[in-house]
Amino acid sequence: MNAPAKTVGTSVKRTEDARFLTGRGRYTDDINRPNQLHAAFVRSPHAHAALGEIDKPSAMDVPGVVAVFTGADMAADGVGGLPCGWQVIGKSGVPMKEPAHPPLAVGRVRHVGDTVAVVLADSRHAARDGAEALMIDYDPQPAVVHLADAGAAGAPQVHDEVDGNVCYDWEIGDQAATDEAFGKAAHVTRLELVNNRLIPNAIEPRAAVGEYDPADGSYTLTTTSQNPHVIRLLMCAFVLNLPEHKVRVVAPDVGGGFGSKIFHYAEEAVVTWAAAKVGRPIKWTAERSESFMTDCHGRDHVTTAELALDADGTFLGLRVKTLANMGAYLSTFASSVPTYLYATLLAGQYRTPAIHAEVKALFTHTTPVDAYRGAGRPEATYVLEKLVEKAARELKMDPAELRRKNFIQPDQFPYQTPVALAYDTGHYEASLDRALELSEYSSFAERRAASEAKGKLRGVGFSCYIEACGIAPSAVAGALGARAGLYEAAEVRFNPTGSVTVFTGSHSHGQGHETTFAQIVADRLGVPMANVEIVHGDTNRIPFGMGTYGSRSLAVGGSAIARAIDKIIDKGKKIAAHMLEAGEGDIEYKDGVFSVAGTDKSLTMGEIAFQAYVPHNFPHDKLEPGLDESAFYDPGNFTYPAGTYICEVEVDPETGHVHVDRFTAVDDFGTIINPMIVEGQVQGGIAQGLGQALLEGAVYSDDGQLVTGSYMDYAMPRAQHIPDYRFDFTCTPCTHNPLGAKGCGEAGAIGSPPAIINAIIDALGPLGVDDIPMPATPLAVWQAIQDAKGGTARAAE
Amino acid sequence: MYAFEYHRPSSLDEAVALLTSEDIKPLAGGQTLIPTLKQRLAMPEALVDLGRIEALKGIRKEGDAIVIGAGTTHAEVAASEVVRGAIPALARLAGLIGDPQVRNRGTIGGSIANADPAADYPAAVVGLGATIHTNTRTIAGDDYFQDLFTTALDENELITAVSFPIPQAAAYEKVANPASGYAVVGVMVAKTAGGVRVGVTGAGPCAFRATAIEDALARSFTPEAAKGVAMPADGMNSDIHASAAYRAALISVLASRAVAACGG
Ligand SMILES: Cc1cc2nc3c(=O)[nH]c(=O)nc-3n(C[C@H](O)[C@H](O)[C@H](O)COP(=O)(O)OP(=O)(O)OC[C@H]3O[C@@H](n4cnc5c(N)ncnc54)[C@H](O)[C@@H]3O)c2cc1C
Repeated sequence: MNAPAKTVGTSVKRTEDARFLTGRGRYTDDINRPNQLHAAFVRSPHAHAALGEIDKPSAMDVPGVVAVFTGADMAADGVGGLPCGWQVIGKSGVPMKEPAHPPLAVGRVRHVGDTVAVVLADSRHAARDGAEALMIDYDPQPAVVHLADAGAAGAPQVHDEVDGNVCYDWEIGDQAATDEAFGKAAHVTRLELVNNRLIPNAIEPRAAVGEYDPADGSYTLTTTSQNPHVIRLLMCAFVLNLPEHKVRVVAPDVGGGFGSKIFHYAEEAVVTWAAAKVGRPIKWTAERSESFMTDCHGRDHVTTAELALDADGTFLGLRVKTLANMGAYLSTFASSVPTYLYATLLAGQYRTPAIHAEVKALFTHTTPVDAYRGAGRPEATYVLEKLVEKAARELKMDPAELRRKNFIQPDQFPYQTPVALAYDTGHYEASLDRALELSEYSSFAERRAASEAKGKLRGVGFSCYIEACGIAPSAVAGALGARAGLYEAAEVRFNPTGSVTVFTGSHSHGQGHETTFAQIVADRLGVPMANVEIVHGDTNRIPFGMGTYGSRSLAVGGSAIARAIDKIIDKGKKIAAHMLEAGEGDIEYKDGVFSVAGTDKSLTMGEIAFQAYVPHNFPHDKLEPGLDESAFYDPGNFTYPAGTYICEVEVDPETGHVHVDRFTAVDDFGTIINPMIVEGQVQGGIAQGLGQALLEGAVYSDDGQLVTGSYMDYAMPRAQHIPDYRFDFTCTPCTHNPLGAKGCGEAGAIGSPPAIINAIIDALGPLGVDDIPMPATPLAVWQAIQDAKGGTARAAE
Repeated sequence: MYAFEYHRPSSLDEAVALLTSEDIKPLAGGQTLIPTLKQRLAMPEALVDLGRIEALKGIRKEGDAIVIGAGTTHAEVAASEVVRGAIPALARLAGLIGDPQVRNRGTIGGSIANADPAADYPAAVVGLGATIHTNTRTIAGDDYFQDLFTTALDENELITAVSFPIPQAAAYEKVANPASGYAVVGVMVAKTAGGVRVGVTGAGPCAFRATAIEDALARSFTPEAAKGVAMPADGMNSDIHASAAYRAALISVLASRAVAACGG
């Protein structure tokens, strides 16, 4: 029998798409249980208010309303607060402040959209009618919204017990060495910037269905989550105090997460708890305006950064000070994002010998901020790549050549950065050179002249990003404050008749795991892809899982599968040795066939699997029946995808409109399993980065109302905004996982914003504009041009 | 959405007969009304769906004008050979509204009745000197838009059609709000037998004629003449997407581009 053709490295079409494209996906909102109730959450209209009386009868009187619960009801049942998974220890050993985050507010509301009560009713509409009718006494109080104000003396306090709204004040790197580097610098480039707050906007809003079965006291929560096991762990251990074996969490098809569905949200705990209270299943699906107000937001940093260089452009030191907005409460991963996922990346692709970064995290009366595609790494890349480009302008050096001069060289790996990480491998010049070629950088001047002839300004911008993916080696994560290891689990079950069921702790919500993982399994076990089923998203079926985020699924989850496959093959060798009456050491395995070395005796994987389940003559002391193996894979290091992005924009100086004319992306993701899926990930990532750079920005009014609370005001990238992409890959395989894979899910969102902004600044240079904020909306660009002209248009206002 | 009664008359008379109070609203494409209801920002007792009234449909040339039934969708106007032949700027304007879904549902009557300050059609009504036909009378385009979401229509007066005189030349230029697609500023420039008209939407509380630019273009129908007029920012809309000064500047820029597109 010939093994099926190898699939790894080929663009196999996504097997899951048939169901998604024909409306057969199974999402949480598709689930309806007999006798279910619908939940409507009552949300604070105020950014900050003392919570007075909640008049339950006002809602209970509405026809169809069955129950109303408040924070007091949950507290009476001993329900705990939503926990944070990472502890950050600040300067001089001061641990971060973790104020209580009750699922339903107690005593005080702290952001517009804060969850105050839940109304349960026979229909969605009745629940909403009840929520609208519920009379609540609010005593509105002054709110603090912007980072610049949160730390000021006399600022309104978000939590009484958190002085000055400081969650933590943290640092990394060698301050003395950095000061010394600046002391001997020939040139210092300085930059102030804001990394704009983003609202994730997954296409599927969050939803949850809670069920309780009094027959055995068990609970089932179906939820839109990227990591059902983590939700079960957090909800059971910290919030509801339930034994894990009595709680099943299912995350079925999930329509996009981008990080926003990692976190344990109040609504999940409330529907689970309330299902037992009322003895009926409870369903909730967010409306889009709820998503805007309550899905954790992303980014929101204010940063000053300085780069010290010697006279010929060699980087000597980097100093970064960042304020990070946590919002009103500490969400699940929030504390780690501006610290371990941000400041540790500030070395970038460069040999900067001394780096010191300080990060102060502040609470404000806004929606909690947490990981969003890239999580910390886009912020780091934006700081560094804007700074490097500015240095090149100031030193009148070519921005590509300044970078090249400072790259970590291929023979310097493994490379220990001054900010904790040790890069295993990379070849940054290879990506840069390929990107220069693909983008036709050498003929840029001609295109610039052609644009000028049309009255347009053309600019080119670079970004050489690096990211740490495959979060995370548990030892490192633990040392950095993670309260759990971040390994991944997999089980590979060979069924008696030759098909394979794979249970993975990773979760696919757009990534295409059902295809990519099946490719790995098919190739390694010599079975057709059609015989491989990937199961994810159910704590009752999968041994354990840390979930999908941080571009970890292939590097960590895929590696766990590879390890389990190794165990299957080892077991298969034992079975083959027994069947073929050979020594185990003489059995060779290749492409689904076990053979005795130097003979023509062989058995196929299918035959072995069948024998494993009909083991009439197995030596029971040496060989167990069955062919089902599991593995927990804990990575040895992070993986370090890196690449070069080059963007060319054309700016209309009269309207401020920016057109991204071409975008070149050359990424090194290590070994690639499915190039089509990877390209799709990069395309989507760049679209989101373009959104951040040009369109998206959450705006709060000074009193804490979310101005950009709908698509009328929050601009998402659309097909028309997406440029002509030019893609290629370079490859230095990851040195420490069995697949050589590094992860590709976030690169586009990490690498693209500085390339776009740098290109706009380059375009506007001739007009005297030397900076532009994100998002670089037509207004922002036009205003920058007017300001550079000397404010004539402002005066007219 | 709150519960409401739903009527679907098949004639204009029936519709008019059903519209007996201010709590009963006509429903056209629903692109503004339905989102308003979904957000519970309105609580009508009943909706009268105009979608099955044949008399409100269709595009025809009548003498020197193009007459468009109130129930005609933006997509129909954008694709109409009649409109493209006589007033290509109007077809272009319709094709720039929102996205395909919105253009396939939204109607000219609904848009003009709603009078969103950032809607596109108002620039054409004012810029081309259109006439609004209702079930009771005709209203000159210049008199129709009165303020933010306020028109000359009486309670429950129904727009039946809009007629646009065919200009010698016309062009529409728009800077779209990146979030909503609506006009931050939209400018319709038309050369007509009666002189140059410049209709502006998006910039003020409702569509208006930029008379300073009209005067400049009357003297010299050139892009430079339009660009040379500095529009005052006073009274212009200001929001997170565009300051008053930016909007004022855009009027001249877009007018000059429209003049260029007219061949001026
Ligand atoms: C996402 C989105 C983007 C959009 N972008 C744009 C854009 O770029 N430019 C733009 O101009 N518009 C835009 N719109 C609005 C769109 O053009 C709508 O079509 C328009 O505002 C309303 O038309 P309608 O037919 O949908 O009316 P409806 O929503 O049904 O009705 C609107 C109002 O008009 C009243 N009404 C309807 N018909 C009549 C009539 N014949 N006589 C009297 N009153 C009537 C209704 O009672 C209601 O009060 C957008 C809408 C959406 C949802």
